[in-house]
Amino acid sequence: MRYHVANSLSEAVEMLAAEAGTAKVLAGGTDLLVQMKSGALVPDLLVDIKALEGMRDIVPEGGGYRIGAAVSGAQMGEHAGLRALWPGVVEAAGLIGSTQVQGRATIVGNLCNGSPAADSVPALIAAGAIARVVGPDGTREMRVADIPAGPGRTTLEKADIVDSVFLPARPARAGDAYLRFIPRTEMDIAVASAAVNLTLDAEGAVESALVVLGAVAPTAIMAYDAGTALVGSRLEPSALEQCAAACSAACNPIDDKRGTAAFRRQVVGVMAKRAARIAFERAGESL
Amino acid sequence: MGREFKILGTTPPRPDGIEKITGKALFGADLNVTGMLHGAVLRSPHAHARIVSLDVSAAAALPGVKAVITADDFAEVENAANRDTLHNCMAHGRVLYDGHALAAVAAVSKSVARAALNLIRVEYETLPHVTDVDAAMQPGAPVIHQGKKHKLAGDDVSDNVVGYYSFGHGDIEAGFAQADTVLERSFKTAAAHQGYIEPNACLADFKGDKADLWVSTQGHYLVRDICADILGMESSQLRVTAAEIGGGFGGKTTVFLEPVALALSRKAGKPVKMVMSREEVFRATGPTMSSSMDVKIGMTADGRITAAHARLRYQGGAFPYAMVMMGAMSAFAAYDLDHVQAEGWDVMTNRPKMISYRAPGAPMAIYAVEAVLDELCQKLDLDPLEVRLLNAADEGTKSSYGPTFKAIGLKACLKAAQAHPHYSAPLGPNQGRGVSAGFWFNFGGQVSVSMAITPDGTVNLTEGNPDIGGSRASVSMMAAEELGIPFEQVNTVIGDTGAIGFSDTTDGSRVTFTVGIATIKAAKAVKAECCKRVAKIWEIDADAVEWIDGAVHPTGHNAGDFPPMSLAEIAAMAGRTGGPIAGHFEGAPDKAGVSFGVHIVDTQVDPETGFTKILRYTAFQDAGKAIHPDYVEGQMQGGAVQGIGWALNEEYIYGEDGVLQNAGFLDYRIPVASDLPMIDTVIIEVPNPGHPFGVRGVGETAIVPPLAAISNAVARAAGVRLYALPMSPPRILAAMDHG
Ligand SMILES: Cc1cc2nc3c(=O)[nH]c(=O)nc-3n(C[C@H](O)[C@H](O)[C@H](O)COP(=O)(O)OP(=O)(O)OC[C@H]3O[C@@H](n4cnc5c(N)ncnc54)[C@H](O)[C@@H]3O)c2cc1C
Repeated sequence: MRYHVANSLSEAVEMLAAEAGTAKVLAGGTDLLVQMKSGALVPDLLVDIKALEGMRDIVPEGGGYRIGAAVSGAQMGEHAGLRALWPGVVEAAGLIGSTQVQGRATIVGNLCNGSPAADSVPALIAAGAIARVVGPDGTREMRVADIPAGPGRTTLEKADIVDSVFLPARPARAGDAYLRFIPRTEMDIAVASAAVNLTLDAEGAVESALVVLGAVAPTAIMAYDAGTALVGSRLEPSALEQCAAACSAACNPIDDKRGTAAFRRQVVGVMAKRAARIAFERAGESL
Repeated sequence: MGREFKILGTTPPRPDGIEKITGKALFGADLNVTGMLHGAVLRSPHAHARIVSLDVSAAAALPGVKAVITADDFAEVENAANRDTLHNCMAHGRVLYDGHALAAVAAVSKSVARAALNLIRVEYETLPHVTDVDAAMQPGAPVIHQGKKHKLAGDDVSDNVVGYYSFGHGDIEAGFAQADTVLERSFKTAAAHQGYIEPNACLADFKGDKADLWVSTQGHYLVRDICADILGMESSQLRVTAAEIGGGFGGKTTVFLEPVALALSRKAGKPVKMVMSREEVFRATGPTMSSSMDVKIGMTADGRITAAHARLRYQGGAFPYAMVMMGAMSAFAAYDLDHVQAEGWDVMTNRPKMISYRAPGAPMAIYAVEAVLDELCQKLDLDPLEVRLLNAADEGTKSSYGPTFKAIGLKACLKAAQAHPHYSAPLGPNQGRGVSAGFWFNFGGQVSVSMAITPDGTVNLTEGNPDIGGSRASVSMMAAEELGIPFEQVNTVIGDTGAIGFSDTTDGSRVTFTVGIATIKAAKAVKAECCKRVAKIWEIDADAVEWIDGAVHPTGHNAGDFPPMSLAEIAAMAGRTGGPIAGHFEGAPDKAGVSFGVHIVDTQVDPETGFTKILRYTAFQDAGKAIHPDYVEGQMQGGAVQGIGWALNEEYIYGEDGVLQNAGFLDYRIPVASDLPMIDTVIIEVPNPGHPFGVRGVGETAIVPPLAAISNAVARAAGVRLYALPMSPPRILAAMDHG
């Protein structure tokens, strides 16, 4: 195995493209190193992108923020501006692992690892996040929602590198939130999760809402009807129940060692209802 | 009571503390020696299969590989228990569970060793398997080993039943006839792993026909004797040193890697280090038993138990074992009953062989009993602590397993629990409070202690029991108390197997009790010798001196004639008064005192997710005498936390294919710190008449009450009762939806 610290993005892309065997981008390594240690992954080439200029920066852009691919969860949590604008995304990233893991783990690694239970992904999708991807044919912008392809798979090509994730500006009366269900209180993997991003109208009713579910399908999924159920409401119980029912209907969970399909279907709606309430309060309304 | 102590009951810092928190302590995997090889083990991917062929030639030919071994590298072992242990460490002919070892390599690096494993070619013929205890007992179930059926097992069960026991007295049918209410329930509990943080590790080094073994173990004499027998050595040819240990909880009271590492070292002629991954720990070391149980209790309307009957079926994995006996003995030990019977069946399955886990066999049996009691209290609208007090065993009670109790602390624990503010604190919505009693026998066993007085008057105490819970501190305290010297003047070390005589393993909550007695006796010998020396110096009769507070004083008509001589002064002159001063004791103290505990827990169950939060927890336990109260509390808290994990989330999950699905701490969920409230402790001291200071063992009882206490609390919080552990959120939610 060769380990290479990239000097430039274009060099990194070239190296990945030229490698005949298994080549991997290394960010925080909190997925990659675990997989290598267990023997599940035996890479021939590792290209470390952490040292590249700008990779560890959070930069204001067009009223939103651009988050470099090597920015850690801890860094996001310490950024007051980002926390104020997209608290749901920051709390989702902040749930990854422990304090130690937070010092390394990135949201791009979380996304590119392809786990259906990845915590930051539903919140990123609900936020309408855009990834900037650099590949052999140049740079392109992709919706984060279009990247997950199934357990352990993404739509990225072999030599694609995500350079950054862009979180857009948002109206004043808006809020987002993310909640996951785990059998413990931390250091666990989501059994079902939900991100909610909503904006309110001048009267304090929900104007638009996006609900994205995690760990209940091969990828994080947008539950359109669950969002629609909230529109026009002030999160009255009936709207929340409709939202939860729409989540249960949208998901496609499995039975496994972490929970039954029936449990996931039920609890994902509970997570959505509770996340919606938090997002609503963050948007400035009380329940 | 009565006796005043100077040092017992204080809380000096443990002597091994600084080394541990500064990273200097050497654990099982921390020793490295020149020329050392790394061992790795090939493990079965099947639950049950015949090894049709096993070809290691390509692995042996890989550059860097120095030895490859299989079952063929071990001679036949005569002793049946040791033969089973060997066959568990290295499969002979058949693999019996997912993770069963069948070959091992030693190579110059871990990566070469791993690469070599990939070159070993195995042809398996898979065989029918069974991993569930009830299925394994059915006639017609795949039989793990023929010819092992217990003679009392009965005709209606399969040959996997390797043990049957029955304890009790009276006439249970007559007793049930006297009851106003009779309740019978069936329960299941999952296998739980000890969850020690330090994976099993050792370093074996053959030198000619002798060998050294460095190992993380609870009992290095046990390791020595098993390994010597398996490798065809004399015990004196194998010197075993116990490393600092990162937890054992009963799990490190046997061998897994050690004979393999020794055989590799013998074949390679070099030292071999072996360290398990966490996955290997789960797949191939022993968890405790899983169980299936029926408990029937009859009660009068005012809460008196008229009769009780338990049927316990435990599975202990792929080899014969005998642990259900402990369950049957302990099930009803807390109660004074006229009519009682507890029966138990030990069953083999295609799972790793069980090994002890804190109070082995008791937690599940007592869970079932205490859950039925609680349900009866709910039905009869009785206070659960009142009912337990009404039926509690006391001094003079003939226990359900035979012996008559001496002084015991159960009633004192129950009364302390009743009086504690926790028991009367208000509860909110979706909250419930549960209680349970718990019990463990405790054990004495063989012990050797050597106490050498150094020329500067400090005390070097060598004992043979690996220190898991702070026993070096407690033993030093007992030596200091007996000698009347400061704690800091005593240095306790754990000798290797060549240093002193045999000691039984650190288990059975025995170390503070047994090593304590041996230490007191060794100290008495030191005191007598010192008195003799001083009498000689003063030229007066030996009985004209006495030992007071660390010094020899003249007594009787000589009182005041000489200034007292301290231990340091006596030691400084020892070279001129007859040579070094020492005391020692070898024996088998047998008056261990049983220990009872009572736990109270408040839980809150989320009605929408089935998630259980532990809100408040208080543990009461009779320690006899708490030598070092912090470490007694540590045992009580640790036991409670392991019980919380067992009750809520921990379980071995097997698929239809008999393969373990959750061999890691991600999906085998022990509690994390944020899952827990502070575990409050109340130490009760009803002295054990069998120990000079009143010590009872405290290490195991605390894992017994949590299972039922939490189950009872959840039943009250959720409004539905579950009859299986763990009570993971999906199970609780399903029960609430259907209840
Ligand atoms: C103890 C522990 C606890 C954890 N808890 C959680 C949890 O609670 N929730 C959760 O969701 N996850 C959890 N994880 C998983 C992991 O920490 C996260 O997925 C994390 O976000 C991965 O980020 P990373 O930077 O470490 O990724 P890496 O391990 O460096 O990379 C992950 C994958 O993404 C690829 N990749 C990384 N960066 C790029 C890039 N810029 N362009 C293209 N591909 C890239 C890598 O090649 C690799 O395939 C946990 C892991 C551990 C060890």
